[in-house]
Amino acid sequence: MTAILTNLFDGVAYGMLLFVLACGLAVTLGLMNFVNLAHGAFAMAGGYICMVLVNRMGWPFFAALPLAFVSSAAIGIALERTLYRHLYARSHLDQVLFTIGLTFMSVAAVDYIQGSSRVFINLPAALQGQFDLFGVGIGRYRLMIIVICGLLTIALQMVLAKTRFGSRLRAAVDDPRAASGLGINVPQVFAFTFAFGCGLAGLGGALSAEILGLDPYFPLKFMIYFLIVVTVGGSSSITGPFLASLLLGIGDVAGKYYVPKMGPFVIYTIMIVILIWRPNGLFGRTAAR
Amino acid sequence: MSAASDVGYHAQRQARWHYGEIAFWLIVLACGFAFPSRYLIMTDILRLALFAMSLDLILGYAGIVSLGHAAFFGVGAYAAGLLALHGIVKEPVLALIVAGLAAMVLGFATSFLVIRGVDLTRLMVTLGIALLLEALAERFSNITGGTDGLQGIEMQPIFGEIPFDMFGKAGFFYSLAVLFLLFLLARRVVNSPFGLSLRAIKNNPLRAAAIGIPVNRRLVAIYTLAAFYAGIAGALFTQTTAIASLDVFAFERSADLMLVLVIGGTGYLYGGLVGAVIFRLLQELFSTITPQYWQFWIGLVLVVIVLVGRQRLHRWVLYVPNLIIRRIAGRKAIVAVPESDS
Repeated sequence: MTAILTNLFDGVAYGMLLFVLACGLAVTLGLMNFVNLAHGAFAMAGGYICMVLVNRMGWPFFAALPLAFVSSAAIGIALERTLYRHLYARSHLDQVLFTIGLTFMSVAAVDYIQGSSRVFINLPAALQGQFDLFGVGIGRYRLMIIVICGLLTIALQMVLAKTRFGSRLRAAVDDPRAASGLGINVPQVFAFTFAFGCGLAGLGGALSAEILGLDPYFPLKFMIYFLIVVTVGGSSSITGPFLASLLLGIGDVAGKYYVPKMGPFVIYTIMIVILIWRPNGLFGRTAAR
Repeated sequence: MSAASDVGYHAQRQARWHYGEIAFWLIVLACGFAFPSRYLIMTDILRLALFAMSLDLILGYAGIVSLGHAAFFGVGAYAAGLLALHGIVKEPVLALIVAGLAAMVLGFATSFLVIRGVDLTRLMVTLGIALLLEALAERFSNITGGTDGLQGIEMQPIFGEIPFDMFGKAGFFYSLAVLFLLFLLARRVVNSPFGLSLRAIKNNPLRAAAIGIPVNRRLVAIYTLAAFYAGIAGALFTQTTAIASLDVFAFERSADLMLVLVIGGTGYLYGGLVGAVIFRLLQELFSTITPQYWQFWIGLVLVVIVLVGRQRLHRWVLYVPNLIIRRIAGRKAIVAVPESDS
């Protein structure tokens, strides 16, 4: 019983992490209809920046996290303004080719700069180990992830639903032409959202070094996971990808624990079945227009 | 002239053999005699060309974007490896066909998943199938050899007469013959009414359905055929290198394949062949500059190609040959500018 609860806890932490990693992609893929397979590269950038700050320059872990967010967002906005912007109107095939190219470049570049082995971020002692709560083993680090990601999710939902920027974004997504007719600067809204999504990915990358493992092949290894979250979750709201991430996280942890031999088999099968059953995702309207 | 006979006239003109095509194949054949020390890499190029041609059939003619074409390559490779290893089908040509059929069965089964949904779902499903097969191959390591791959494959002589030699001469001409035969078949298929209907579907599925083309059945058919081609390419890989390892399913293989087609252009069958040559040469060049990091340059090539625009790039590349042809022959160029694909 306690083993089940511990697994559930780990699964939730894993799912929350996936959500933070992938929710930027939900915006670009689902709302802007841009297939960004290079999303994992931004996560990797955040992870490596955090690693360099903490391990080499001796920054405290909690100070490095915001910087991972900011620098990933900066990289994101620089690329959006220079490169991505030209590709919004292109075919999906072009977008796929372009972002695969970017992914390859990022993999090789990180491999060149930092070497190909897995890196670890030195965690403060307060985050290590686990404690027992009613007999259920709770990892401190995972608990922190759940807290951070949970707060982020609530904040995102609030921003989207309550603020002026949120309503602009929703308007721009619903009908870009009508929105720009109303005086909303649609490219600016998209650029800002893109950068924010990249920043979240960077933060997720920094947090995931301990759980998912951080090496130069990160963007390729987890690309499919991010895509699963978005396609299964749909994109009509933030709730869809959130539930999909939790489902994926819990499913993956449980699958690895109970049927370790089947490995990732479980997840891929679930994904294909869901996509056959509902090509537009479990929760939500069409992902592509 | 009625519309139907007009279409037929143009289709038949398109389908005629040009001098350029004959020259192309003669040059390929001549390469086999001109560079006897380079059989291994030339065989590699032929294999890649066949694989790319298979993707061209679905991408260039039917407009199906696939990120997991390596799935069929892998199935063909393992099928050929297992057939040879356990001596089930000893004769290579027969084994090749059986391996192709195995991939074809998978292609037929998965085609129903792929034709559903939009581009994005297709990308996901094709990618998912390839990853699934890779996970399966790793899981059933007692059959596939797991991460070590299939080892100790010994190939029997082709037709029981021509043994595979260590310089790869037999392998090269064997691959060339297979490629040429399959090319003839593909050429026949894409120029048939069936092929024309595929192009109609690619341009506008709704309109194609409205004029009475059974869209889904045509897509299933071409997807299955492409899977057969990819399976043959995979089987050739195993037969000429005598290994089959997990990386036949790798995502990089599918992505590289896209690059090959993008370099060569889609929708005129030669794209895969030309692209394979250029891709391998580029890869050789990059790995001599920076041995470990050639992927970076491959990625850069992809990014640049997309940013410049594929159509524009092909126009530039074909500018000089077209100019010469126009000057000498005084007519429009026969070198086709690849169709746009969206």
